[in-house]
Amino acid sequence: MTRRGRRLALIAAALAVVGAAAGLSLYALSDSIVFFMSPSEVVQKAVAPGARLRIGGLVKVGTVVKSADQNVAFVLSDGAHELKVTYQGLLPDLFREGQGVVAEGVLTAPGEMRAESILAKHDERYMPREVVDALKKQGRWQEGTTAATQ
Amino acid sequence: MIVEIGHFALVLALAAALAQTVVPFWGARAGDVGLMTVGRNAALIQLALIAVAFAALVNAHLTSDFSVLNVAENSNVAMPTIYKISGVWGNHEGSMLLWVLILAIFGALVALFGRGLPARLRADALAVQGLISLAFLAFILLTSNPFERLAPAPFEGRDLNPILQDPGLAIHPPMLYLGYVGFSIVYSFAAAALIEGRIEAAWARFVRPFTLVAWSFLTLGIAAGSFWAYYTLGWGGFWFWDPVENASLMPWLAGTAFLHSVAVMEKRDALKIWTIFLAILAFSFSLLGTFLVRSGVLTSVHAFANDPRRGVFILAILAMFICGSFALFAWRAPMLKQGGLFAPVSREGALVVNNLLLTTACATVLFGTLYPLALEQLTGEKITVGAPFFNLTCGTLLLTACLVAPFGFSLAWKRGDLLGVVQRLALAIIVGVVAALISAAWLSGAPIFAPLAMGLALFVILATLIEVGARAWRPGLTAGVALKRSLGLPLSFFGGALAHLGLGVTLLGLSGLGFGAETVATLHKGVPVAVGPYSVTLNSVGEQVGPNYKETVASVAVRSGDTVVAEIAPARRQFASRAMTTTQAGLKTLGFGQVYVSIADPAADGAVPARLYWKPLVTLIWLGAAAMALGGALSLADRRLRFGVAARASARTLPQPAE
Repeated sequence: MTRRGRRLALIAAALAVVGAAAGLSLYALSDSIVFFMSPSEVVQKAVAPGARLRIGGLVKVGTVVKSADQNVAFVLSDGAHELKVTYQGLLPDLFREGQGVVAEGVLTAPGEMRAESILAKHDERYMPREVVDALKKQGRWQEGTTAATQ
Repeated sequence: MIVEIGHFALVLALAAALAQTVVPFWGARAGDVGLMTVGRNAALIQLALIAVAFAALVNAHLTSDFSVLNVAENSNVAMPTIYKISGVWGNHEGSMLLWVLILAIFGALVALFGRGLPARLRADALAVQGLISLAFLAFILLTSNPFERLAPAPFEGRDLNPILQDPGLAIHPPMLYLGYVGFSIVYSFAAAALIEGRIEAAWARFVRPFTLVAWSFLTLGIAAGSFWAYYTLGWGGFWFWDPVENASLMPWLAGTAFLHSVAVMEKRDALKIWTIFLAILAFSFSLLGTFLVRSGVLTSVHAFANDPRRGVFILAILAMFICGSFALFAWRAPMLKQGGLFAPVSREGALVVNNLLLTTACATVLFGTLYPLALEQLTGEKITVGAPFFNLTCGTLLLTACLVAPFGFSLAWKRGDLLGVVQRLALAIIVGVVAALISAAWLSGAPIFAPLAMGLALFVILATLIEVGARAWRPGLTAGVALKRSLGLPLSFFGGALAHLGLGVTLLGLSGLGFGAETVATLHKGVPVAVGPYSVTLNSVGEQVGPNYKETVASVAVRSGDTVVAEIAPARRQFASRAMTTTQAGLKTLGFGQVYVSIADPAADGAVPARLYWKPLVTLIWLGAAAMALGGALSLADRRLRFGVAARASARTLPQPAE
């Protein structure tokens, strides 16, 4: 093979690999992207049930109900709107009433979600950033009042 | 006082870095040997000064000097000594200081061992290394001063984030940094070669030991981080495709590609431009990782504090080094002479394919990590690109790379005989295919990853062993002769073999995931719950007091049939100083698998909600990574690759005969 032929073979191989990777990426993207929203956005955008979402907000005080088999139900709120969340499993260490969490799962009916995972903040200094932004949009966030603004 | 000495030493180090940048570079242009030597001394002085600064900070943490802001925010009198020390780098300022300390160590290594290198190449490399130091020292002094005082000093510190109070996390950052920063040397030498406009095989021989050190530590650092996540986060997972994990994976992938291509360059004088490109890429990803983790763009346990000035500063450093080097590359790379020819089917050819797959895998990780950030900036929409994306794209490419690896290892240089290799590896191929088919049938209906990984893992392991055997022994040789022959093989050959074995072993560990079991259950005293082939019974729940925490400990018996095989103690720790709870998983290693129990807060009646896992082969994931790193170390011990040897040999720059 000539030098030129070899170079062409190399370029062809490179294009094949990169092309395959690009194809895979696009396919995977259409399938595995999850949008983040606040409870208000779910209402405003009229998201249809069946959609897979991450919802961030505060756990409304007094709404956490634990029942048998580690079923939990609670209400996520961003001050303006609310969303009922049900979940089966262990809650994260830092799940508390009145604190920010992110729930990922599927909308079962308008205003209701079946969560597959619940994320809480790592420590008291930090609140999920998405939650902070969502609360800011609703005007419920006051800089400096919460340690999370550090 | 000691703290002020530390601060002052850091300022002096900045001056030394400035001297190291300007003087040798000027000397190299003017052809003045005296000026070029200044770089060497400046690098050594800089190391000494940064070491003083670092020691001062360690001292402040050890003596719990809460008049230092950094100590007050991240330490506590009650903490065990090991965490007082690891607290030094368990925060933004201290970890940046560790970063520049390691940078200076690598710079000093070049200064000490680069004696026989072409004087101008060494001067330029030291100058570039000095420039990196300069940028990061300025960053520390201007935005992240670890020596800032606090008046009045509080009586007690805030404590290190409890989640970081763990032996795994004490060693994870230094190892990761040795990896990240080790690639800076490779970068500096690539830039120096581009400035010089010429490059030869001696370059590869000098850079390779640094690459091996960086790569081995990066491998260990990633493995340590993943093991930590596995046993402290309580979810049983060890890799989450979290942006911060991706930030460490990208330099690893680029570094692995570089490690292979630099071998081609050293042996065959080929792929020069590509190797330089990868050298720049590996360190660029290290910088990108530093930016992602340190700038507060991402929220995670790694993002200690969000100060927008820091993000902008690191972004500027990032832009300067990445854009600068790629501009230099575009300008100078065409001047580099192309070397050795090879047929597409050859070891070089296989390594090119390996490089293609690794860099493309790296690109998919980059895309998946940055796309959500870019989208949010552009449209305000927030999305998560999760594990399914990375598994499908990066996972597929890396599995393909595993398939190619044994062929590359067995093919001859220059012109290979693919049919011959297939014949030689026939046993491994058959075993791999059969194992994949059997496990696919066993797990029918489950995702195909586990069977595929199982087959590939066995193929990689067996093929590597066959190749080692074939090098030492052929029909007709006695055992004694074979032993003598194998002793004559270069250590770097065994290093490569061990690293490939490690790859196979890690892959085997990953395939075990498909065969595991998991249950979420409420444990009642004396009632067994089945998980995989074992059953788990709660014996009792008790309270204990540690140095700076209280813990709730469950005592759990693991039974196989009716015999108790282990007692494990999963716990929850409450840290008073931060009002925070962490989970300590209870683990029992059985064979290569583990029974994993993590508990939540006990209910009023004493029942304990728990997650139970049976994870077969899971320990192999980290054992394999350790084997890879050990392979790197073994190659490093090869006589030809020791630090400085390349320099002595650089007089004869002919390519070495193939192994």
